[in-house]
Amino acid sequence: MEKTDKIRAGDVREASRLIRSIEDSVPEAKSAIKHIYPFTGKAQVIGITGSPGAGKSTLVDGLIECFRKTGKTVGVLAVDPTSPFTGGAILGDRIRMQRHAEDAGVFVRSLATRGALGGLSKAVGDAIHVMDAMGKDVILVETVGSGQQEVEIINHAHTVLVVLIPGMGDEIQAIKAGIMEIADVFVINKADREGSGKLQREIMAMLDMSPIPAGGWRPPIVKIGNAFDPAEFEKGLEELTTKILDHREYLINHNLLGDRIRRKRTHELNEALREAILEPVLNLLVSSGELDRMLDRLQKKEVDPYTLAEEVAKKHLTGCV
Amino acid sequence: MYFAKELLEQSSTLRKKWEDEVRKVVAKNPDQKPERLWTTVSDLPIKRLYAPEDIKDMNFAEDISYPGQFPFIRGNQVTGYRGKYWTFRMFSGMGDAKTTNERWHLLLKEGQTGLSTAFDFPTLMGYDSDSPKARGECGKCGVAIDTLEDFMQLIDGVPMDKVTTSMTINPPATALWAMYCAAAQIRGIPLDKIGGTIQNDMLKEFIAQKTLMCPPEPSVKLISDTVEFGTKYVPRWNTISISGYHIREAGSTAVQELAFTLRDGMEYVEDVLRRKGLDIDSFATRLSFFYNSHIDFFEEIAKLRAARRIWAKAMRDRYKAKDPRSWWMRFHTQTAGCSLTAQQPYNNVVRTATEALAAVLGGTQSLHTNSLDEVLCLPSDHAVQIALRTQQIIAEETGVANTIDPLAGSYFIEALTNEMEQQAWDYIHKIDEMGGMVAAIEKGFPQLEISDAAYKFQRQIDAGEKIMVGVNKYVSEQVEPIPFLEIDDTVETEQIERLNAVRRKRDNKAVKKCLDDLRNACKKGENVMPYCIEAVKELASVQEICDVYREVYGEYRDPGLY
Amino acid sequence: MAKRKIRVMVAKPGLDGHDRGARVLARCFRDAGYEVIYTGCHQTPEQIAAAAIQEDVDMVGLSCLSGAHRYLFPAVKKLLVEKGADDIVVVGGGIIPDQDFQYLYDNGIKEIFTPGATLESIVKWVNENVKPRN
Repeated sequence: MEKTDKIRAGDVREASRLIRSIEDSVPEAKSAIKHIYPFTGKAQVIGITGSPGAGKSTLVDGLIECFRKTGKTVGVLAVDPTSPFTGGAILGDRIRMQRHAEDAGVFVRSLATRGALGGLSKAVGDAIHVMDAMGKDVILVETVGSGQQEVEIINHAHTVLVVLIPGMGDEIQAIKAGIMEIADVFVINKADREGSGKLQREIMAMLDMSPIPAGGWRPPIVKIGNAFDPAEFEKGLEELTTKILDHREYLINHNLLGDRIRRKRTHELNEALREAILEPVLNLLVSSGELDRMLDRLQKKEVDPYTLAEEVAKKHLTGCV
Repeated sequence: MYFAKELLEQSSTLRKKWEDEVRKVVAKNPDQKPERLWTTVSDLPIKRLYAPEDIKDMNFAEDISYPGQFPFIRGNQVTGYRGKYWTFRMFSGMGDAKTTNERWHLLLKEGQTGLSTAFDFPTLMGYDSDSPKARGECGKCGVAIDTLEDFMQLIDGVPMDKVTTSMTINPPATALWAMYCAAAQIRGIPLDKIGGTIQNDMLKEFIAQKTLMCPPEPSVKLISDTVEFGTKYVPRWNTISISGYHIREAGSTAVQELAFTLRDGMEYVEDVLRRKGLDIDSFATRLSFFYNSHIDFFEEIAKLRAARRIWAKAMRDRYKAKDPRSWWMRFHTQTAGCSLTAQQPYNNVVRTATEALAAVLGGTQSLHTNSLDEVLCLPSDHAVQIALRTQQIIAEETGVANTIDPLAGSYFIEALTNEMEQQAWDYIHKIDEMGGMVAAIEKGFPQLEISDAAYKFQRQIDAGEKIMVGVNKYVSEQVEPIPFLEIDDTVETEQIERLNAVRRKRDNKAVKKCLDDLRNACKKGENVMPYCIEAVKELASVQEICDVYREVYGEYRDPGLY
Repeated sequence: MAKRKIRVMVAKPGLDGHDRGARVLARCFRDAGYEVIYTGCHQTPEQIAAAAIQEDVDMVGLSCLSGAHRYLFPAVKKLLVEKGADDIVVVGGGIIPDQDFQYLYDNGIKEIFTPGATLESIVKWVNENVKPRN
């Protein structure tokens, strides 16, 4: 297939078009993914999460620079929220990364959440495959940074960075949302601000409370100074890059990378099953009016949801029940 | 209390009578819709009538007083415009230095009393004409200046010790001001004899106009350097023109313009006090301001009056300045470019005249009037002449300059002035709580407030809730072609040739040494001005100086808040 | 199957930082239901063209108030064509004299919007002239 060959050769135009088709759920997109799937799995996927205003995009911009210095090619997927009112979105993350626009070794693609729950677009998983198949060494995935579904990033990334800034009550929000548990590396961004010591102590106290087995990975905390102070900022970024590589080493040395990948695969399979099995059935129930009739019966308490589900399964999925 | 008790009682009785009448009339003959028509262009609600009750809480001595006395709401000058009209200062610059110099001499001949320089974008951003980033921009919307050679050509024949010159230049302000100083020295004019203004206001660039180079912190440091240098050696120079103009053009409301501009001013004052340890009274007079005069007549007059009072209070009470001259807010005004329309462009003459009148009634000390064609291109000679004549007619025919602050005491004007002042202070206090203007900018606060206002206004125009004649009402299909000034693309090639010639003939070793010295000064935190003057004398270019800043301080890119 | 969504880029080429129009337009396009990629100020034509392709947009809207549109707008279009993306519609806005319209049309700029164009009219034009790719 010519198009997928082009993608494997690194063609940005074809790749971005395929990502568009994935986002738009065009059927051909799936067959293209089937073609490129065997060629995926080589890239290191890094998730970047943290509340809006934490400076994620600026950090990603810095990370691009660091990885490029070591000769690695970089793909970036930057997710921004879709307006629930109009269905439109302003995708502004790439503004901070525009200085890399002309670098052929960098491919930045913005995604809108398009009504997906939480901070990631449904297309993220397949978009990662596309960039992976293009041969990008590192893929950075920047989430929207709000809401509990941020944790979903662990289904896609080998290493997750949680970005916090001092004085915003960020850590409390993060704890509530459960994203503290998913961090492989903590980043205290804008660490020149007041309260960065306090934030660091709080994260350390939290880490002390969670049991880390002997020889286990204790998420390091990297402080990064004001992006307007180039020397300081660069120093922080270099440390961060080292910690990211350390984490990868750790996963490999402890035979844990396979676990992460398996987790990714499980998620992918779950999604694919949902799409292949549940969605067609649901579509059929909607178009035939059966779903409405079922809801009527439910409302009249003639039946319970479990019985209904079993009836549907019996009819559509032979051999399941 | 501002009024005697009897007057207020009387007023209250008569007011009831009037209100009853209004109700009756409105029942039969309702007000025009939509309701929003009865707001200012910035959406401030305006009452049908103002009366003594609306200003009864004023204190005459503290809030109004006399010209030349605190709070200077009635003006800084005790004689008003009788001693001297405001300065007729037309912003101009295009093509190369020679072309702009010719326009300047034309304007001086036509009765202009001060010069004002528009630079092209490469100069404004600190790039030389041959930079790849400058492609297509050279001389397009202002004059291209690369080295002192261009600058000498620009001011050829201009009496530097008599005419004051304003330069709209921000990130590279140190370099261009150094050129002005160097030019004066070469001509044998001492630095304490030259006068003028450099805009040199970076905070409003981050907020509104996006002429960006270095991050906020070092940008403010460079500005403080110029304030210090001016205070010591160039006492007739306004080293900063704290600008609301661009904030307003970016779509802010009048109150936002007032608040953000004055809070910017306070930020600079605080930085100089902290960083340079100068006495407030030694440098306060170095600060000048620059406002927009938009189309809503009374709102603009009230804004300018409120601005003077807020600044006087801030300087006296917040910064404890003792010299009354430190309490003055001295300012230039420009009519609103964003109020002009490409449709039916001759209507712009009327808009500009109205806005200019508001600026004069608001007590401006210097004024630029826009040309009718500025929404389409650079102004032509003829269009500039009409714009200049507009000021001259206001000054010398209309009689508005006869008496000082003629609208003082008007129930409406004073009430509106009070309200705008109050709303501005609310913003100022909010920014204080954020940790000052630099902190607020880093959070995107003023930028997003302006974005919201701009979008809201555009939506109101689309909905017909605010009117722009020729745009959303009284639209005419007929197109009136107007003559327009085109800048030839050969300007770019010729300018680059000139620059290359300078590079060949200058002493490149000396240039390198000057730039190294400047770099060291930056690293050590010394005042950069003396080093800049040396560098420009050796024919270092604007970009060479700015590249030193970018290297030491880092480069700031537009965060693109929307 | 979800409907194809219109993706547009709002870009500010050149050194001009007057971004009021660009930002108002970005918001307006979002409210019209498009996905909008905003580049921020001070972009070179090369940066804009590369970004437009990486983002697979249907249209690039360029805003320039500095007078450099005669160089900048055609430069973006030319780069897109060179990269095989001649299907991406390029439109422009800003301070652009009538006299320059034809030159810009001749160089592949499909429409010009000047001060006073209503948001409504711009969205209407996009809906009629820009079709998301099949």
